[in-house]
Amino acid sequence: MNDMRIMERDVDVNEIKIAARGCQVYYADTHAIKDVDVDIEDKTVTAFIGPSGCGKSTFLRCLNRMNDTIDICRVEGEIRLDGEDIYDPKVDPVQLRAKVGMVFQKPNPFPKSIYDNIAYGPRIHGMAKTKADLDIIVEKSLRRGAIWDEVKDRLDAPGTGLSGGQQQRLCIARAVATEPEVLLMDEPCSALDPIATAQVEELIDELRSQYSVVIVTHSMQQAARVSQKTAFFHLGNLVEFGETGQIFTNPVDPRTESYITGRIG
Amino acid sequence: MTDANMSKSGAVPVPRKSLLQPDARTKRRNSAEARFRAYGLAAVGIGVLALVMLLVSIVGTGSGAFKQTYLTIPVHLNEAKLDKKGDRELANLKKVTTIGYAGVLKTSLNDFLAQEGIEIDGLSDKDAGKIISKEAAATVRNAVLADPDLIGTTQDFTLLANGRIDGYYKGRVTMDSAELDGNVTPEQLMLADALKERGLLKTKFNWAFLIAPDASDQRPEAAGLGVAILGSIYMMLTVLILAPVIGVAASIYLEEFAPKNRWTDIIEVNISNLAAVPSIVFGILGLAIFINFAGMRASAPIVGGLVLTLMTLPTIIIATRAALKAVPPSIRDAGLGLGASKMQSVMHHVLPLAAPGILTGTIIGLAQALGETAPLLLIGMVAFVREYPAAWSPESGLFGEPSTALPVQVFNWTQRADPAFVERASGAIIVLLIFLVAMNAVAVMLRRRFERRW
Ligand SMILES: Nc1ncnc2c1ncn2[C@@H]1O[C@H](COP(=O)(O)OP(=O)(O)O)[C@@H](O)[C@H]1O
Ligand SMILES: [Mg+2]
Repeated sequence: MNDMRIMERDVDVNEIKIAARGCQVYYADTHAIKDVDVDIEDKTVTAFIGPSGCGKSTFLRCLNRMNDTIDICRVEGEIRLDGEDIYDPKVDPVQLRAKVGMVFQKPNPFPKSIYDNIAYGPRIHGMAKTKADLDIIVEKSLRRGAIWDEVKDRLDAPGTGLSGGQQQRLCIARAVATEPEVLLMDEPCSALDPIATAQVEELIDELRSQYSVVIVTHSMQQAARVSQKTAFFHLGNLVEFGETGQIFTNPVDPRTESYITGRIG
Repeated sequence: MTDANMSKSGAVPVPRKSLLQPDARTKRRNSAEARFRAYGLAAVGIGVLALVMLLVSIVGTGSGAFKQTYLTIPVHLNEAKLDKKGDRELANLKKVTTIGYAGVLKTSLNDFLAQEGIEIDGLSDKDAGKIISKEAAATVRNAVLADPDLIGTTQDFTLLANGRIDGYYKGRVTMDSAELDGNVTPEQLMLADALKERGLLKTKFNWAFLIAPDASDQRPEAAGLGVAILGSIYMMLTVLILAPVIGVAASIYLEEFAPKNRWTDIIEVNISNLAAVPSIVFGILGLAIFINFAGMRASAPIVGGLVLTLMTLPTIIIATRAALKAVPPSIRDAGLGLGASKMQSVMHHVLPLAAPGILTGTIIGLAQALGETAPLLLIGMVAFVREYPAAWSPESGLFGEPSTALPVQVFNWTQRADPAFVERASGAIIVLLIFLVAMNAVAVMLRRRFERRW
């Protein structure tokens, strides 16, 4: 225990944004997530790592109830956002998703203009009264997505015409446009080249100042680079959860160590 | 290098091959490919040939329907015959039937021939009068009833020539065939030629074919498509309004909202099967439901439209579901992930992307409906209708007046004895094809429009 303390990074202790307790997920008869407890802090980047098929995406999708769209998927246990159970029957997943934004593995801009891509969320949530308000939101979001300079002259151009990295940053900008409190990212860089990846990683680090970010990644280097907390999943279990520095340098569980050293996965 | 490796591994050394010398395998493969291409080309050729033959035959026989022979003669509207009392009372004028007017026409024509000095040996006055269509008497009668002051005057009228005379100028009737034909004599044809020489008998573009209602068996020269075109338009409007709305709503529900369970599976299978149900079955269904049960009028375009809507629904639903399926799920996720409701996600993002596919399906369904005959026969649209159906009337409601439809008119005309109707039927097919091509052109244009929005 003492060794662990030495390796600990200098992280502020933040308040807990999302708390999961005894979370189980079933796809029909497949038990995909087994009894997961995890606390996700505010203003922190939390990375989910683990071998392919271990349930990282499944768990991530529990956090904004995207799993509701899969008929055969069943979620049990308790997930609280700011102390409120998000699986409470009274909760409308639509409202939840405005608070917990999501960026997907493959960049998926709408086949509309760059402007309309960003403006869509604010429009459906009634966040802008006038066109001028909307313009401001669009510019602010694009700036936060670190893509403003590249697209400011062609806001009317189709979002699908951008390069892969630009598209992904557009999607991030689109997600932050609705002013979420948590940003979920499922392998956001897996379709990007190294330069675009670096840009997105830099962006994630900046987003940390305002949001709680949860990122799924299959790249351990990426987890080490961008996250403060890391959770290691294996076969649906949360094997280990802790400070990123500790997980990578001094894992407690032998399975974590095997994975990090490249023996599983 | 290769040789060395070969001998080391103990394999039989393969002689070095030249790239310039194709080996036996390659040759065989190439010839198989050439054969395959030839088969493909032959298949395409057969298709094109069939199409060309169809077009040549239809246009060959049908183009005549768009021209019609008319003759212009001065008609003396004899007061003694048309208004015995001389008071121009409409009720009395109406008592004179077309038979009376036919007599006036015959007399006027013979007087005119005598005056012009046209004389054909062996042609009686009665036979001379027969070169004018029976329809002409009605034309003149209508003109007189519209303006009774014409009575007593002499007016130039342009009147339809008899169908056989018309056929003579279209090559259907010859001097030889007229010899054997009870309905026309060679002398009548000679008279027609004499009138043509003087420029009194002309072949003109036949607007009446597109506008006039159908005519009885004895006057093919007067038969037109007016009622059929109106009926078809009314039906298409009904289908156009109902089928896409119902079809797209059903598809969206099934594809995006319905839970995937046994019931939706059964519905899905049934819809697919419905697409293969013979159209005449839909006719029986329409007869049972709309006419016998709901008490709607037989022969009404609204009933035809409803039946055709039922018939096109499966086509539209299948095409729409395929189009919705083809929209990448990531677009739905993107919408939902931003906090859009399922309906918003579908309406704002999925539907616009699926629109070109939906449109194609709808137009295919509509084209199918336009050419459909069998179910319409069952609901009585085959009736002989002379009155233009009104789009709306207080007694019969929207699209409720008896009508017929283009394909049914084709069917109807092919049943008739006079060969002139064969030409009319082919002409009607040309009109039908023009409608279809126009609809497809609209579909292509709309598709382009939607697709250009990236
Ligand atoms: N839509 C689904 N239907 C059924 N099984 C699924 C579905 N999505 C994921 N699974 C299963 O759940 C397990 C976890 O998958 P996932 O969360 O995608 O893993 P990861 O993101 O870690 O690679 C896998 O065994 C996978 O087969
Ligand atoms: Mg995954």
